[in-house]
Amino acid sequence: MAEDWQESGFGIYVHWPFCTSKCPYCDFNSHVAAEIDQSRWVRAYLHEIDRYAEEVPGRVLTSVFFGGGTPSLMAPETVAAVIERIRHHWPAANDLEITLEANPGSVEAGRFRGYADAGVNRVSMGFQALNDADLKRLGRLHTVKEALAAFDIARSQFDRVSFDLIYARQDQSLADWQAELSQAVSLAIDHLSLYQLTIEAGTAFGDRYDAGKLRGLPDDDLAADMYQATQEICGEAGFEAYEVSNHAKPGAESRHNLIYWRYGDYVGIGPGAHGRLTISGQRYATETPLAPQVWLNQAEETGGESLRRALSRRDQAEEFLMMGLRLTEGLDMRRFERLAGEPLDRRALAHLEDIGMIARDGHRMRVTNAGRMVLNAVITEFLAG
Amino acid sequence: MTDLSHIRNFSIVAHIDHGKSTLADRLIQETKTVADRDMKEQMLDAMDIERERGITIKANTVRLEYEADDGETYILNLIDTPGHVDFAYEVSRSMRAVEGSLLVVDSTQGVEAQTLANVYQAIDADHEIVPVLNKIDLPASDCDRVAEQIEDVIGIDASGAIRVSAKTGEGIHETLEAIVRDLPAPKGDRDAPLKAMLVDSWYDAYLGVIVLVRIMDGVLKKGERVRMMSNNTVHQVDRIGVFRPGMVPVDQLGPGEIGFITASIKQVRDTRVGDTITHEKKGAETPLPGFNPSVPVVFCGLFPVDSAEFEDLRDAIEKLALNDASFSFEMETSAALGFGFRCGFLGLLHLEVIRDRIEREYDIDLITTAPSVIYHVYMKDGEMIELHNPADMPDMSKVDHLEEPRIKATILVPDEFLGDVLKLCQDRRGIQLDLTYAGSRAMVVYDLPLNEVVFDFYDRLKSVTKGYASFDYQMTGYREDNLVKMQILVNDEPVDALSTMVHRDRAEMRGRAMCEKLKELIPRHMFKIPIQAAIGGKVIARETLSALRKDVTAKCYGGDATRKKKLLEKQKAGKKKMRQFGKVDIPQEAFISALKMDG
Repeated sequence: MAEDWQESGFGIYVHWPFCTSKCPYCDFNSHVAAEIDQSRWVRAYLHEIDRYAEEVPGRVLTSVFFGGGTPSLMAPETVAAVIERIRHHWPAANDLEITLEANPGSVEAGRFRGYADAGVNRVSMGFQALNDADLKRLGRLHTVKEALAAFDIARSQFDRVSFDLIYARQDQSLADWQAELSQAVSLAIDHLSLYQLTIEAGTAFGDRYDAGKLRGLPDDDLAADMYQATQEICGEAGFEAYEVSNHAKPGAESRHNLIYWRYGDYVGIGPGAHGRLTISGQRYATETPLAPQVWLNQAEETGGESLRRALSRRDQAEEFLMMGLRLTEGLDMRRFERLAGEPLDRRALAHLEDIGMIARDGHRMRVTNAGRMVLNAVITEFLAG
Repeated sequence: MTDLSHIRNFSIVAHIDHGKSTLADRLIQETKTVADRDMKEQMLDAMDIERERGITIKANTVRLEYEADDGETYILNLIDTPGHVDFAYEVSRSMRAVEGSLLVVDSTQGVEAQTLANVYQAIDADHEIVPVLNKIDLPASDCDRVAEQIEDVIGIDASGAIRVSAKTGEGIHETLEAIVRDLPAPKGDRDAPLKAMLVDSWYDAYLGVIVLVRIMDGVLKKGERVRMMSNNTVHQVDRIGVFRPGMVPVDQLGPGEIGFITASIKQVRDTRVGDTITHEKKGAETPLPGFNPSVPVVFCGLFPVDSAEFEDLRDAIEKLALNDASFSFEMETSAALGFGFRCGFLGLLHLEVIRDRIEREYDIDLITTAPSVIYHVYMKDGEMIELHNPADMPDMSKVDHLEEPRIKATILVPDEFLGDVLKLCQDRRGIQLDLTYAGSRAMVVYDLPLNEVVFDFYDRLKSVTKGYASFDYQMTGYREDNLVKMQILVNDEPVDALSTMVHRDRAEMRGRAMCEKLKELIPRHMFKIPIQAAIGGKVIARETLSALRKDVTAKCYGGDATRKKKLLEKQKAGKKKMRQFGKVDIPQEAFISALKMDG
């Protein structure tokens, strides 16, 4: 019998945990370090790649993703070594996607050529804002001008270039955002990610928010209006949302992220990286140590995992649902049933359909535009108590 | 057995916080009834709740042996009574068992509403009264003024009032002397047939029911067979003793004495407070005048938050009822809240005490529904129904009229807050009966509907007077008024647990206030929710809780799956703490908070 992950493909995520400085909104596993011995990191990555190759050999690889942190601080040789070792172990799909998250600064742009030579064919650039005042408030070190210059270089080097913006920022009006987004869609090639600013616990913004010192954030209603405006502007420009915060022209979706949302298998390498791996019919969640040095030592010695947890059928089904409903395409309810061993809660389905939050088409279910805006509440209805 | 002339029986009358329990502690200490090393604060308050809240709930008794200045040894029996209005009934029956009272007044505060209510009960019981001015150690003490106030307001001679500091012990000796000198010895005939007054009873896990008795005539001995005159049940006395304040066995109790008996009685309900106990053979022919049983006046529903705890709740309630005959309960089913109990209480404090004990001693989280009083519903066919629960209100077309219980409320308040108090009473449909001054304090007497008082009147009174008002009430009877049942509809469905009885003229205001409150209390859902108040089929107030507009996680990639799912599970767990009504989740606190009137 085919394993569930095969419906959605297989990818590898590589985490580079270092940044030049820490942004106040960011709750990702990122660290500022004075000196990094990249050769040691290469050894650790390769060691981990070899280890996983023994566990899940022979799979056709859909995607590799370098995330962070700031992976554009990696030496092109480091990236090249990792890609080479991965390609050595796993057969690549014809359209293998290799993405690298890049900071749109001038220094990074200088390495773009090297990354392209190493095999990277897609970059995702962290623009975050298209005005310098807001970039500063977000703790970003680049300017709009630098970002646009880096974007041009990226376009000349890579087949596919995407960028991220953060909106619902402090003191941002609906009109401000509409204007900024219109400019963004005119720049964009075929993909962009648009995230509402989320105040996360444990970040500088989180602390300021708790202390009552982070003012000028939009209320829920304005945030909802901004989200709606985002869908409209992007839709008109041909960048339909294919996921809650991701927009692309048809065929330009991020294949790597689709593996997550369609609940495929993925290897997570590097500090704080998570994975989902099906081994002998059982799907496991894997985690690695958060601290770079701890992971590095462990990866060199015994292997970089700190946790491997067998997921119950219910856990898998709920993860599949939680991820799948983020997608505009929705999900196949039969897959939920196969994973869970029981169908989706009929009462919740009927209720959610009744109030216009979900739509069903044969075996497929998707959230409506209204449902997507309250997706957490929709998913909660389906979770087992 | 002590000669009648060497016995004094007394109670202490005081307002809360005027130092009654501390004075009782000093009397116990001064007479060496308890060794100093065994003394603890509020010796007579046995329950944790009593100690914590500084209130006495059950009447407690202690026997003191005092060697007076005249060289003779006297037996002093103190019955310590509750100070709170809810337990006025306990006060009245305790008063009947003794001949005198110490009237304790805080010399920094003066006479308060509860002082008055209780002292009038003492006067009704023909007590000799010894005024005691307490807290003379405090700088704000003003004995002359307070003595004058006692004379003005209560009308008893306070020229010889004893000045005491229960804290330092000053005046305690003088108090004991005054008890011996000024209070009358009890009367009684040791050769007459036994007449023992059943003053109180409570359940003890080891001994069964313990009965507190005051011997009026005759002698009661261990092993004798006694008869309860109200129902002619016969019991054999297997223990007899006195409280010092622990239980100390004695062989017999004679006239004028106060003590306890046990007789293998299993339930408190088998003993009727006020009953007369006599010997099975050669017993008394006529009983002592009994007292009226205490009846619950405030009702509310108690439901377990977790419906799986219903049986545990039943168990807890049954156990508490074993020891508290004034607390009633019956099973109730609510469409909104599932299975629970409709419980009756003497008042709001009683309700809170029982609820606290269930939550604390039995570890059950409760949803408490709106307190209600008993309405008399007169049907067109002449029948009268006692309505304990607004949800049971019969069809109005068959109802001729309704009557509601009224109270006479006495409030003492510093002049500066008088306006606010009058406004509060007017707002609660009060009719002013009297307004007089005692020094700088006003005493207002109002006729008020009980249902306007049971909920948050006392809280409001405390807040508008910054805690300076004192309040007491007594039931006066029933009166007809234009009352209607107001229903609350959430998402077009009636929520029975939120139904209340209201005066027709105030229905719109109350309805609006409740809808607004519920709009704040119910979290936003994925759809908009109309919240309506209605009388019969007619909507009188409406609010709309707008739909949740945005609740979506912006970023969720492979590394976030575990963490985000945990957050959603937490959200789900939060929902489980609410009660699902139709498609709407209502937080448990809403059932009470919705009723609170801020204005």
